[in-house]
Amino acid sequence: MSVTLSHAEPSIAGVGDYIALMKPRVMSLVVFTAFVGLAIAPGHLHPVIAATALICIAVGAGAAGALNMWYDADIDARMARTQNRPVPAGRVAPREALAFGITLGGFAIVVLGLLVNVIAGALLAGTIGFYVLIYTMWLKRRTPQNIVIGGAAGALPPMIGWASVTGGLAVEPILLFLIIFFWTPPHFWALSLYRAQDYARAGVPMLPVVAGEPETRRQILLYSLLLAPLGASPWLLGYAGALYGIAAIAGGAAMVALAVRIYRDRTPVVAPGAAAGEQRQAHAVCKQMFAFSILYLFLLFAMLLVDKFTGPLVGHIAA
Amino acid sequence: MAMDEDKPEPGIRLTERQSRARRARSIAIAVSLGLLVILFYIVTLVKGPGVLHRPL
Repeated sequence: MSVTLSHAEPSIAGVGDYIALMKPRVMSLVVFTAFVGLAIAPGHLHPVIAATALICIAVGAGAAGALNMWYDADIDARMARTQNRPVPAGRVAPREALAFGITLGGFAIVVLGLLVNVIAGALLAGTIGFYVLIYTMWLKRRTPQNIVIGGAAGALPPMIGWASVTGGLAVEPILLFLIIFFWTPPHFWALSLYRAQDYARAGVPMLPVVAGEPETRRQILLYSLLLAPLGASPWLLGYAGALYGIAAIAGGAAMVALAVRIYRDRTPVVAPGAAAGEQRQAHAVCKQMFAFSILYLFLLFAMLLVDKFTGPLVGHIAA
Repeated sequence: MAMDEDKPEPGIRLTERQSRARRARSIAIAVSLGLLVILFYIVTLVKGPGVLHRPL
């Protein structure tokens, strides 16, 4: 049950509510991909400075999450998945979420710029700005391409990690950016297929709401077909070893196989008229795609780490 | 004078839940600031005299 707080009423927000504002699950993926960018970058960064960089990236991601929850409280209140978030549930006042996000973001950017390097700080500022201003405030409520373009914000952390070490950018972190960028649409569209009614109720123009399920299924397949070779590109271009290549090909093939199943399954996921059993089946495939896409991205980045730390060993054994 | 003493104190009176939440938030802020101080101290030790040197 939601509680409406007046401006004068003292806050009942607990520490857990502020942690929830930072979207810890999203943050964990951001930190992991940033860590991989940092770990595979050439050169040496003192472990304390590396940890500082990761803390700043985590806090910056949390700030972006808090600002997103501040701005989207009206949408969140209308969606089953998000209505218990701290702001729509009334546990945190909107002005508290705004102040929290601005404070965290400011600290993260300044500390990263001062203690690590200015390029990394600027990239973090750009990431938070893109996520809040371009995705949340501009695109999300206006176009079904919201998560395609907005996905750039989620794709930047490996570049920040890389820049923390090198003070610049190169082809490798750009490949990592592209992998996450092209991974985002099939990942979120699989979710939005079985949450379409929620998005429609909230007035968010997600692709299934605006263009319908068949078009969404087609787009999921197209992006997965682009993603699979892109996922293998670090190996194809010689930036990663065979272990990575095998994992990327297997994972990419599984992504495409799931996308094909979604494409070929014409049972409406949410529309009335379909038999309940068939609908459950259609739901299950989309949920499978959503869950597997997270595993796939984790696998790719984990294999880059494995490759980085076992590469010299494998080379030594081969020699 | 005696009547004034019987009046409740002016201002906002926190409920038990609000008091607990405020105390928890205050502790969290103190811990965060403490960690920030420790971080700056350690980074200063690690970077040494070059702590203000920030290459692009």
